[in-house]
Amino acid sequence: MPNATYIALIPLLPLVAFLLLGLFGRKYFKQSAGIIATILMLASTLLALYTAYGYFFEYGKMEGVYQKLIPVKYTWLQFSETVSIDMGILLDPISAMMLVVVTFISLMVHIYSLGYMKGDERFATYYAFLGLFTFSMLGLVIASNIFQMYIFWELVGVSSFLLIGYYYDKPSAVAACKKAFIVTRFADLGFLIGILILSFYSGTLDFNTLIQRLTSPESSELSTALTSSFLGISALTWGMVLVFIGGAGKSAMFPLHIWLPDAMEGPTPVSALIHAATMVVAGVFLVARLFPVFALSAPGALSIVGYVGILSALIAAVIACTQTDIKRVLAFSTMSQIGFMMFALGVSKYGGEEGLGYTASMFHLFTHAMFKALLFLGAGAVIHYVHSNDMKDMGGLRKLLPITHITFLIACLAIAGVPPFAGFFSKEEILLAAYNHNPVIYYTALITSALTAFYMFRLYFSIFWNKEHNTICEEHGEGGFAMMMPLILLSIGAAAAGFIPFVNFVSSDGKVLPTEFHLQFSIAPVALGVAGIFFAMAMYKKPTAIPDKIAASLSGLYKAAYHKFYIDELYLFITKKVLFNLIGKPAAWFDKNIVDGLVNATGTGTQIISEKIKRMQSGKVQQYAIYFLVAVIGLAVLVIYGIM
Amino acid sequence: MNLTLLILIPLLTAIALLLVPNRHVKWLALAGASVQLILALALLVIYRNEVAAGNTAQVFFQQQYNWFPSWNISFHIGVDGISVAMILLTAFVVIAGVLVSWNVEKMTKEFYFLLLLLSFGAYGFFISLDLFVLFFFLEIAVIPKYLLIGIWGSGKKEYSANKLALMLMGGSALVLVGLLGVYFGSGQHTFDLLLLSKVSIPVKVQMICFPLLFVGFGVFTALFPFHTWVPDGHSSAPTAGSMFLAGISMKLGGYGCLRVATYMMPEGAKEYANIIIILSTIAILYGAFATMMQKDLKYINAYSSVSHCGFVLLGIGMLTKTAITGAVMQMVSHGLMTALFFAVIGMIYERTHTRQVDEMGGLLKKLPFITTVLFMVGFCSLGLPGLSGFVAEMTIFMGSWEHNNSFHRVATIAACMSIVVTAVYILRAISKTAMGPIKESYQHLTDATWNEKAAAIILLAGIIAIGVAPFWLQDLISPGAEIIMQKIQLVK
Repeated sequence: MPNATYIALIPLLPLVAFLLLGLFGRKYFKQSAGIIATILMLASTLLALYTAYGYFFEYGKMEGVYQKLIPVKYTWLQFSETVSIDMGILLDPISAMMLVVVTFISLMVHIYSLGYMKGDERFATYYAFLGLFTFSMLGLVIASNIFQMYIFWELVGVSSFLLIGYYYDKPSAVAACKKAFIVTRFADLGFLIGILILSFYSGTLDFNTLIQRLTSPESSELSTALTSSFLGISALTWGMVLVFIGGAGKSAMFPLHIWLPDAMEGPTPVSALIHAATMVVAGVFLVARLFPVFALSAPGALSIVGYVGILSALIAAVIACTQTDIKRVLAFSTMSQIGFMMFALGVSKYGGEEGLGYTASMFHLFTHAMFKALLFLGAGAVIHYVHSNDMKDMGGLRKLLPITHITFLIACLAIAGVPPFAGFFSKEEILLAAYNHNPVIYYTALITSALTAFYMFRLYFSIFWNKEHNTICEEHGEGGFAMMMPLILLSIGAAAAGFIPFVNFVSSDGKVLPTEFHLQFSIAPVALGVAGIFFAMAMYKKPTAIPDKIAASLSGLYKAAYHKFYIDELYLFITKKVLFNLIGKPAAWFDKNIVDGLVNATGTGTQIISEKIKRMQSGKVQQYAIYFLVAVIGLAVLVIYGIM
Repeated sequence: MNLTLLILIPLLTAIALLLVPNRHVKWLALAGASVQLILALALLVIYRNEVAAGNTAQVFFQQQYNWFPSWNISFHIGVDGISVAMILLTAFVVIAGVLVSWNVEKMTKEFYFLLLLLSFGAYGFFISLDLFVLFFFLEIAVIPKYLLIGIWGSGKKEYSANKLALMLMGGSALVLVGLLGVYFGSGQHTFDLLLLSKVSIPVKVQMICFPLLFVGFGVFTALFPFHTWVPDGHSSAPTAGSMFLAGISMKLGGYGCLRVATYMMPEGAKEYANIIIILSTIAILYGAFATMMQKDLKYINAYSSVSHCGFVLLGIGMLTKTAITGAVMQMVSHGLMTALFFAVIGMIYERTHTRQVDEMGGLLKKLPFITTVLFMVGFCSLGLPGLSGFVAEMTIFMGSWEHNNSFHRVATIAACMSIVVTAVYILRAISKTAMGPIKESYQHLTDATWNEKAAAIILLAGIIAIGVAPFWLQDLISPGAEIIMQKIQLVK
């Protein structure tokens, strides 16, 4: 059986790092903060590996099916007899896998930052935030209760906010962190309302019970959820779509992706950890967590997941071809790859071979974490060296940064899907799943993967080949051991992770997935990928005028893609013009002039009236006598004519 | 536990303040506030022990003394879990308020006297079981506010003080009429809350008295459209004044709406519930949108209080056990949070001499402690898990969602939307204040002093204690909510 204490320690150790460094770091651990946090993270990683090993090879399987184990559960907030928020640990194939991914990438980033962030004024704070993020992310993946996931979901959001805004005196960083938080908050609203709907119909917040009640055909909860409808769509589908909106926000799916490119304002190791490998896949994880409900009871919602995924993948790939900031290229590439994971889920079915998309999605999540973290950390080494993000300032760095060059190349080959690197295997599975279920998605995905190869090698050649770099940075070389070691370790992962027999471990129903390798199927995607690479080589290996010519010939499309299809401008219009001017301003005006105006008018009114009637009290007896007389006459008239 | 201690301590401290020399005043006030805090914590522990020991009484530690026997008015006090929660809130806010006022130079003695008098009123209000006594304490809690703003305030303080006092007095007048209506209309000729709750007040009387009492108390807790005293009052008040006003006084209203209006008159509550929901939903969203346009930190927090107190009334209006529990949690949470927010604003103002967010920037560099607290309180306001605001709001949402009809659904979703708007205005305020390049003129600023740190840590401790482990607060509140619900469920 799983050892609950060990598993609980996995998220708690980073929390200890956060509390220790957050409270006392500035004073006592200014220098040692990095080492302390890294050691704690190392312990957490080892525990995660131990747990995953135990789960997959020792106690996880029962009669050939991977079980959903709940070793720990505490009630945190009880709403009614059946509905409560619990804090617990849910151990199943995907959470065990995510534990490894999150802790491993986080450990790499911790080590890398020892070199990258050295000498930073807020070194301890930086590591405290990393600890907070890792804690929240781990809490999210092991959540046994949908509300628990929401809680950690929000905590992940705030750690992302803090880390994007880490360089808080840079106005662009401040704007970026606000944008990231608000856009994802908007999406989280969907998640929250989705939770309310699901909990209402299922009568629980516990994942296992919820999934069981909303999928088994004989459950009364399911039939109510399917028969109650709003605008002709079942309540359950509404709930799932709303939950997916939350996931789409975190995972930067179109049209909620606008925060991700700007999030690159954060320190580069942070981009590697949060905005490439872990947090942004939370949305994919969420869909995977609720996958049985999507696949069995809300297929409509699942096809939305599929189409949003493929659309995001394509759009992001097109935009990535035009960007010149290397981190932004990588950001759009992340969005595109997450799109792959999403549509893989979208085309999948539940159970058996039909569930290949599910396995493929999780596999790609795993391999992507390796090579994308590697790409970002490599990009960090490059930026560290040339002090610029723009690929126009780079070129010919292959001799100056040899380790970075080789590892970056491995990552590029992996993401481009060249065999035998990791990305090849996972992407093949995704494409196969799409091919079997949805031709539109399949062909779009083929085009997208060709584009992927092209823009990645455009990046690679622009950084390491192209024009020769003549400024040699004397102050530091490639970066010390701390920065190079994670690159090497991750490149091993990016090269070899594809050989992990993922189908044995992760599948939609917990059983082993029987698949064989389809050689003839792989020809088209690989050929397209290689074509993309050669195309990029022709254009960017040496400085030529071809790219500009092509850009000019595609002027309209190029300009639109370069400006990210003007989606940011659209949002700006909605928030600034509509929200502020049409709602905020009138509300403030109404409050100041109408509501408060009435209050003041009551005051002034009273004053005016009393001003007028105070003359009555003049002190003159004659005047009072007149009032008396008038009143008596008046009363007499009333008595005579009124009452009688 | 002898509950009279709770009102005697602040009263005796207040009187003693007048007798000691000026230089001892703040220490004496601090000592008094500390004793209050210890008492409140002791009350919590004793109360929990009693419950654990199996005491299932509705009201604990009752005491009753005749006051005006001919009118059947007696000094009847006692507490249940809800009152204990409110008493704790009061004790936390009082000690923090005393600590942040450490540098008040002008008429120190009178200032602290009024603060303690106010706390005397608040404690008395929360432990009263006789409506006349309750009203008496309510009035005691109003008058010091007028003086606090009028004398130690800033800006257009006379206007604000008048507005606040008049609107709150207007509210109290409605309450008084409502109470008299109950006194005579119930046919019992008593003000005793427990006696009145046992009989059913005629529906006709409820239809008149419920709105009187609810609106009357509602004015205190910024019921839309009677909320306009909030922004002006808060922004003109001195720091501790704002803290008391938002942290404690606004809670008197919410408590009254729940304990007096809703509990005594369930038929009335059911009848008017939809109107309450509409008004509070408007307050939540409209307050949030209005906040978005504010530029003065105090106005930002004041308008956001309108929005957050809307949740209290929404929870009450939903009339489910979960939502009512959430409403009380929100009162406690908002009380702590908003007091801390005003405290931080005061700290920033003392250093930068401005409250305009556009004029500030980069304070994080020079004031790490203060801005960290600002971030925390901002996160609490926008409902970050781990801090108290999240727990309270989510409990209200879950409770509201128990109704299966589109009216309640729409109201809940509309209220949920405020979490986005809140994020917008909070991030805007804190990023403009704390982030960005620092101004040249702020290079010499110094971070929080010991008393400011102590105040912030005390309030933060409360916020985190609720946010991380909400179950203790919920255990405290839900039996009280259950009793109120039992009466409501009997209706029809």
